[in-house]
Amino acid sequence: MPPSDDVVLRVENLVKHFPLKRSGSLRAGGVVKAVDGVSFELRRGETLGVVGESGCGKSTLARTLVGLEKPTGGSVRFGDAVVHTARGRELRALRRRIQIVLQDPYTSLNPRRTIREILTQPFEIHPDVLPKARRTARISELLDLVGLDPSLHLDRYPHQFSGGQRQRIGIARALALQPDVVVCDEPVSALDVSVQAQVVNLLERLQKELGVAYVFIAHDLSVVRHISDRVAVMYLGKLVESGPGAPLYDAPRHPYTKALLSAVPVPEPASRTNRQRILLAGDPPSPVDPPSGCRFRTRCWQATDTCATQEPPLAGPEHPVACHYPLAA
Amino acid sequence: MEPLLKVTDLRVSFPGPSGPVHAVNGVGLELAAGRTLALLGESGSGKSVTAQAVMGILDVPPARVAGSVTLRGRELLTLSPRDRDRVSGEEIGMVFQDAMAALNPVFSVGDQITELLRVRRGMSRADARRRAVELLDRVRIPAPANRVKDYPHQFSGGMRQRVMIALAIALEPAVLIADEPTTALDVTVQAQVMELIAEIQRDSGMGLLLITHDLGVVAEVADDVAVMYAGRIVERGTVEQIFDGPAHPYTEGLLASMPRVDRTDEELYAIPGAPPNPARLPTGCPFHLRCHRVTPECRSDLPALEPLPAHRASACHHRTEVLHATQR
Ligand SMILES: Nc1ncnc2c1ncn2[C@@H]1O[C@H](COP(=O)(O)OP(=O)(O)OP(=O)(O)O)[C@@H](O)[C@H]1O
Ligand SMILES: Nc1ncnc2c1ncn2[C@@H]1O[C@H](COP(=O)(O)OP(=O)(O)OP(=O)(O)O)[C@@H](O)[C@H]1O
Ligand code: SF4
Ligand code: SF4
Ligand SMILES: [Mg+2]
Ligand SMILES: [Mg+2]
Repeated sequence: MPPSDDVVLRVENLVKHFPLKRSGSLRAGGVVKAVDGVSFELRRGETLGVVGESGCGKSTLARTLVGLEKPTGGSVRFGDAVVHTARGRELRALRRRIQIVLQDPYTSLNPRRTIREILTQPFEIHPDVLPKARRTARISELLDLVGLDPSLHLDRYPHQFSGGQRQRIGIARALALQPDVVVCDEPVSALDVSVQAQVVNLLERLQKELGVAYVFIAHDLSVVRHISDRVAVMYLGKLVESGPGAPLYDAPRHPYTKALLSAVPVPEPASRTNRQRILLAGDPPSPVDPPSGCRFRTRCWQATDTCATQEPPLAGPEHPVACHYPLAA
Repeated sequence: MEPLLKVTDLRVSFPGPSGPVHAVNGVGLELAAGRTLALLGESGSGKSVTAQAVMGILDVPPARVAGSVTLRGRELLTLSPRDRDRVSGEEIGMVFQDAMAALNPVFSVGDQITELLRVRRGMSRADARRRAVELLDRVRIPAPANRVKDYPHQFSGGMRQRVMIALAIALEPAVLIADEPTTALDVTVQAQVMELIAEIQRDSGMGLLLITHDLGVVAEVADDVAVMYAGRIVERGTVEQIFDGPAHPYTEGLLASMPRVDRTDEELYAIPGAPPNPARLPTGCPFHLRCHRVTPECRSDLPALEPLPAHRASACHHRTEVLHATQR
């Protein structure tokens, strides 16, 4: 185990509820339990992958981690600083240390700014990081780092770049202030298959060179396995299982993880016939009123009466799981 | 045997600000009854335009369509709009990525299916309603008799996709074209929908043209594969042939660049660059700017889709070497 002072981000019981709009709603006054008690630690230079189906709360988690949403409960700590109560100088330092890369390379860059302006902006917000005279050189370095030629690209606008190139620019911007943590929310989902690998390789190389830690959020389980040291599986606002990639993928302990993995198509026609696939019935329930007890019980083939009344905690040392009857390894 | 659906030298272009955009440049496909042909390719390669041309739902003009599309030997591209509409409507079913856009939001799903059966099959209201419930049951909508009166927005994404499948198979078409039918769905729901399509196909003997960019889905369900790049078919073969040893460098790169859920690789192979803009295709082979096997002739001469042993084909000047290099 790495020493505990190696933890860069400590997330404790994080909760984010959104109030339901009143007008016309049958359940006026209710809340969307988008993130509902998530805890994890992120260590220096590691990648924590977060997977889960649409609407399970991945983006809300990402936005809350970097301070774009105010949590309903719980905390995110970076060293001694608490992300959502920090003020003044401490807050500025945090904003610099924790960055985010978003899914859509088409909308996350301001279309009216050149790449030079987009990459200069972080230094204008945090002028103490680098004296003005050295910024131009630093921006060229950044573009170099993400594999774009500064002499060709600095004075162009986002629309003059391909999706993969725009995503590189988004990554360069996130890395400008030398953060310790970058939260990537579906950074390759909008990219073509043939371009995805370029961005995944880039993120991995930058991590080796700069020691940055990633929270890598995606719904593509293959990409997450490839890039992550540890993986957390999310279902209806909660983590149901987490652990190092190999045991989690090869011997999942939560029924949901097992079903999710078995549903991923494997690009090998020969293995078609002998694959055991668990077809889950139905869709994930609404996060407005999640099932009592275990939230997965409405789709779980193992559910018992206990599952309906008692919520299983995420428990265990290396490979924790939130299930009353975890699967054998 | 005469293929059920045969597409020959299909070409589609759209007017663009600086000359025509050649979206489809001579595509050929053959689909037999009961088979699944996957049309694989990345964004902008011309998959949907191909499907729309086959289905006869492109606006002509502005689109220009040339070539041949035959269904059981009968040419469709020269039919009058009225005959075309009848043949496409009754013999070819279509499922899209976005069910919300394909379904009419102001009619209940039951009314939409009933209307189709009344207009195309001349069924009575009561019979059509009964059949609609059967169809919803067929696509595993729980409690179908209660749900026929519901509107599209009252269904989840996966259920809407299944409702659209019910509509597409209502007239028992000979061919089903499914354009990214599961791309917008979660993997667990995607598995349900693909399983359903496969089951219907087994029962009815429909031919399935499955359009996708997902190699995993292709490996799971296809019999035959056609790989598309920049508006052309660059490789064609059975699913085993393509996955065991691709004969085109683009397919080779795609297979190598894919991370796998059952494997941890050190580094992914990355195809350099990005797909070309169809309004400005490079000279020679459209893949030459990204190809690691490029030679001078690739920059000047466009390779045609040429046969290889075992009924497969590749549009690469060096197809024999590629095949030799990739075969395990
Ligand atoms: N600002 C908001 N107001 C109200 N509800 C919200 C808001 N943002 C998210 N939600 C709801 O919270 C839940 C979680 O949404 P979130 O976007 O975090 O999911 P996700 O896991 O990122 O899904 P996807 O894979 O589709 O991106 C959803 O039910 C969503 O509708
Ligand atoms: N109605 C249209 N007018 C002009 N250009 C069009 C039209 N429809 C498609 N195109 C262009 O034709 C090319 C092929 O598009 P098509 O939709 O067939 O791609 P695709 O392979 O289905 O991609 P995707 O995976 O993104 O769906 C694209 O460059 C597209 O911009
Ligand atoms: S706690 Fe019960 S319902 Fe939940 S995953 Fe475990 S067995 Fe299934
Ligand atoms: S023709 Fe040349 S450039 Fe095109 S795929 Fe073959 S080797 Fe590559
Ligand atoms: Mg999201
Ligand atoms: Mg398309």
